[in-house]
Amino acid sequence: MRRKSYRLDATGLAALIGRLHEQGYAVYGPRVDDDALHWRRIRSVEDLPRGWTQELAPARARLVPDSSGGLFHHWTCAEGLKAMLHLPLVRVMAARRENGAFRILHNPPPAAKCAFFGARPCDLAALAILDRVLLGDRYVDDIYRARRENAFLVAVHCTESAPTCFCASLGTGPRARSGFDIALAEFAEAGEPEYFAEAGSPAGIDLLEACGAQPAPPEMARQVEQACTRAAGAQKRSVNAHAAPALIDALFESPHWDRVARRCLACGNCTMVCPTCFCVNYEDRNSLDGQEAERWRLWDSCFSQSFTYIHGGSVRTSLKSRYRQWLSHKLARWQAQFGTPGCTGCGRCIVWCPVGIDITQEFQELQAAAAAAAPPRE
Amino acid sequence: MSSDGRKPRIAVFKFASCDGCQLSLLDAEDELLAVAGAVDIAYFPEASRRMEKGPYDIVLVEGSITTHHDAEAIQRIRRQAKTLVTIGACATAGGIQALRNWHDTAEWVRLVYAKPDFISTLKTSTPVAEHVPVDFELRGCPINKHQLLELIAATLAGRKPNIPAYSLCIECKRRGNTCVMVAAGTPCLGPVTQAGCGAICPSMRRGCYGCFGPMESANAPSLASQFRVLGASREEVDRAFRSYNGWSWPFRRVFEEAPKP
Repeated sequence: MRRKSYRLDATGLAALIGRLHEQGYAVYGPRVDDDALHWRRIRSVEDLPRGWTQELAPARARLVPDSSGGLFHHWTCAEGLKAMLHLPLVRVMAARRENGAFRILHNPPPAAKCAFFGARPCDLAALAILDRVLLGDRYVDDIYRARRENAFLVAVHCTESAPTCFCASLGTGPRARSGFDIALAEFAEAGEPEYFAEAGSPAGIDLLEACGAQPAPPEMARQVEQACTRAAGAQKRSVNAHAAPALIDALFESPHWDRVARRCLACGNCTMVCPTCFCVNYEDRNSLDGQEAERWRLWDSCFSQSFTYIHGGSVRTSLKSRYRQWLSHKLARWQAQFGTPGCTGCGRCIVWCPVGIDITQEFQELQAAAAAAAPPRE
Repeated sequence: MSSDGRKPRIAVFKFASCDGCQLSLLDAEDELLAVAGAVDIAYFPEASRRMEKGPYDIVLVEGSITTHHDAEAIQRIRRQAKTLVTIGACATAGGIQALRNWHDTAEWVRLVYAKPDFISTLKTSTPVAEHVPVDFELRGCPINKHQLLELIAATLAGRKPNIPAYSLCIECKRRGNTCVMVAAGTPCLGPVTQAGCGAICPSMRRGCYGCFGPMESANAPSLASQFRVLGASREEVDRAFRSYNGWSWPFRRVFEEAPKP
């Protein structure tokens, strides 16, 4: 079925945000805060980063002035939507002693209705992966589910790629195919920006039509398709996820892991910014008088030693074993576990690694090592 | 509460230090009454004239060992302590005063003091753990009051304290901070420093200066190389690692293992 697509002017776009507020959504969008783009509350179009674009490279992210006049002339926020839906720090329970028993004082509050305005195709792909992990298994994560079910997603197709993007090789972008209520493409070349808007849900259709969106001319859809294809072609980084499982199995003891371990800090930044890394730890706390207790859930990282702490010590004590675990799980083992790679090609782990370790380059070097080790063909 | 129903006895001792870590305990104003209700503060000269003899259930030790007298006293204190916890960078790593360890202490004494004959000191400032076994370390310059309260609450409840040994970055990212190193090119010791302070400095757009000391399996040489990429001089890199926790080996190796120019 062909999706309904619309043409929207700047006034219509502003109306979208207004209507979402009227419908009771807390609206979040990419916003300039402390030298970077972050998911923050937006009141109107004025809060979006018009006049700013990003320079992204390994271990380097800069906001730089932009003259395009577009609202979306940038790529990803520093954090994925994981930070908004699979919260970094949440109190899951509190209890108090009473008459020899205990009473539960607190359960997680009902999730607010949140709209995310300006999610990228890789952000949507990450949610599809998190959905499989946190909702699609026997054990459903209720905190995530409550927030996820209430989320309204306004995506933006990427008509340009950042140097650190490699979504095309993983089939997760640069054009959003599913998982949105509305997907926009921005045309900012000539004066006031104009938008191509696709509805991905009945709620998306209602909202667009309520904002005065007109049916889009067919050439507009073609232009978006062409721009996204160009963006895909411009990507220099890639990962061949199909080759990953066999490659990782073959190179488990490769000296290459020692080389990357000399640089890896095991600081866990890659796992924190990864939009699909979902691991959490639980901590119990108690008051000094022992009358009250709380249980907290926190993002955890496979780069910490406590992550694999079992009786007698940690399983993965070396940096090498921890980096290998992360890359192997993300690109290879995840496929056996959940049916797709755990990577969306967003490039955050490359940008936000303090020493600029590049997962695509590590993967290429492993492939090169495998090719060199393979017996010559007859 | 110990098995015989009495409140655990706590003592606080001090060696070469600025008293800031002890002040963190007094700084816990909202919780101080609860602490006093839960434990028996038997020896804490900074807070009370009451000075009871040991043995103690929990001994908090602030400061580094810098004199012969310190070196003897810590042996006596250890014998009186069921659990010995070092509090702060001085007790845990030797402190900023461990800078003397790379220099001629006798010469410094001659330069600084009008009558050097009165000064009796060791050549080095060393952590408590170089002298006696330590059961737990609370990091920081100064320590974090929430970690101290967590340690006491966990000990009273008979559980392991939630005091992570991983990097500051994990705490910083959970807070939603922008990485100052990646987004502003500011050298930050966060990726090799133990979490626990709440990422105070990066939250204020400053680089972490490592007052919590090295995290578990810190890879400081790799971070030091990146500081050079960001434009820091050799001297600046050395100075960054040679501060409050400079004597701890994971930081010390940055300048002791580096090839000499």
